[in-house]
Amino acid sequence: MSIDKDTVMRIARLSRIAMEEDALEPMAQELNGILAWVEQLGEVDTEGVEPMTGAIAATLPQRDDDAEAGTATDDLLANAPEADDGFFVVPKVVE
Amino acid sequence: MSDLTALTIADARAGLAAREFSARELTDAHIAAVETGRDLNAFVAETFDAARTAADAADQRLATGEGRLLEGIPLAVKDLFCTRGVRSQACSRILDGFEPPYESTVTANLWDAGALMLGKTNMDEFAMGSANVTSADGPVINPWRRRGEDKPLVPGGSSGGSAAAVAAGLCLGATGTDTGGSIRQPGAFCGIVGMKPTYGRCSRWGMIAFASSLDQAGPLTRTVEDAALMLQAMAGHDPKDSTSIDRPVPDYAASLTGDVRDITIGVPAEYRMDGMPAEIEALWAEGVDWFRDAGAKVVDISLPLTKYALPTYYIVAPAEASSNLARYDGVRYGLRVEGDDPTEMYARTRAAGFGREVRRRILIGTYVLSAGYYDAYYLKAQKVRTLIARDFESAFETVDAVLTPTAPFAAFAIGEKMDDPIAMYLNDVFTVPASLAGLPAISVPAGLTGDGLPLGLHLIARPFDEPTLFRAAGVLESAAGFSHRPDRSGAGGAA
Repeated sequence: MSIDKDTVMRIARLSRIAMEEDALEPMAQELNGILAWVEQLGEVDTEGVEPMTGAIAATLPQRDDDAEAGTATDDLLANAPEADDGFFVVPKVVE
Repeated sequence: MSDLTALTIADARAGLAAREFSARELTDAHIAAVETGRDLNAFVAETFDAARTAADAADQRLATGEGRLLEGIPLAVKDLFCTRGVRSQACSRILDGFEPPYESTVTANLWDAGALMLGKTNMDEFAMGSANVTSADGPVINPWRRRGEDKPLVPGGSSGGSAAAVAAGLCLGATGTDTGGSIRQPGAFCGIVGMKPTYGRCSRWGMIAFASSLDQAGPLTRTVEDAALMLQAMAGHDPKDSTSIDRPVPDYAASLTGDVRDITIGVPAEYRMDGMPAEIEALWAEGVDWFRDAGAKVVDISLPLTKYALPTYYIVAPAEASSNLARYDGVRYGLRVEGDDPTEMYARTRAAGFGREVRRRILIGTYVLSAGYYDAYYLKAQKVRTLIARDFESAFETVDAVLTPTAPFAAFAIGEKMDDPIAMYLNDVFTVPASLAGLPAISVPAGLTGDGLPLGLHLIARPFDEPTLFRAAGVLESAAGFSHRPDRSGAGGAA
């Protein structure tokens, strides 16, 4: 499997990372280098092996479903690049 | 270096308890060391006023005999931990100016034990790197240099600032985080102890996430005993992290008995890597002799999947990173680059905010998780990860700890290994397997290269068997008798 410029453009779009046209080809080559190297995993027989999804076998703990005081709005908004009247501000979404 | 910055945490505790010096004096000595050591670029934020206030409070407690485990001990904190009101950016531009309104559990535990913070330390951006060269705050200089050379060397990474600060005597200990070797490899490169506990031993709450199934906090210190003391305070169950384990924290320092006659050490054949310097091979063999001389049983073992650990890691970790780093959208915190609509604003913000290595890993992670490639890459890697963990489970049926080198080479010059990502990834070839299996592991400084750079030996133990890990590491430390110090320190300039 090999990555071309179009694929880089597609995954950059999925990743929400803007890329200049002339950066696509070099990135494709870098990613292909890494993917060619990880291809060696194909040598390992994993027939019937369960995927490992966490570092330790543990059941997810459950807490009591009690209401807690949330974080204060001012704290939440303190780091926002733009906030107004208790809200985060984003560029216009709907025309 | 003044005497106070040359102390171990254990010595400093004794000196404080005996009132030989005050916490304020200890803290002021370290503040002076940080100031003169600024050329190392180990710190990205200094919190001296808060440190002095905390030191005075510690002195009051010590005066009334109420000193806690780390009362008055000056530490440094990796920039990856959220610290209330103090910049916490994982050394990324995308978190420009972020000052969390909350404190990470691990650092809160340290402050509850009486420790105090001198500042935040430099690191590879989002902990993605092995040389501290991906930091948006610039590279860190290793206080060690090759004998007779002035060329600045990397401290390792990603916890490079923490490791350099501890090695240079700028703090008594520092927190690090380890995803694939980010505590242990810089520990080895800087001639200090770096310890990664079992996954789940320390809470990840308030740690800026990289790869959630791998990330784990741990201490960087100058001795094994100091690592045991720091972990004692850091570890523990936290309901706010669902992967944190609810089991008692044993007395780690008490496990340092110096007696390993009942322990079996395994030496895995697969860690003999082509092209590894002969002096690392020789140090490893010496480590085997040290354990035999101490009365431990040493046996050869096989961990057949070892060579597949690194490629497995470079699928699993970027996949998790691409998901974790999706939160940086220019809306809630950090950098924002304006755009005509939200999608354009996200894309411009993320292009400007993430460095090259982080962008590369997000793209790889997105690719291996995308439709059509998920099974071939991500699912396959997760299955190989299962087999790697089984390798260790089988080994631990007959051995109590595994002994390997920490890294396949010593510290290298800033700028080397930059052209080929895979050459840089090889830094972690010996540390990544234990990360994938979630096992506790430690790097202990054990010798020098021919040109005078520190080398580490690495021990891996069973899940939650930190006591055996510390016990074996203590014996390794005593046998190695590593007392070398870097030629650059908080005193500044060459010795």
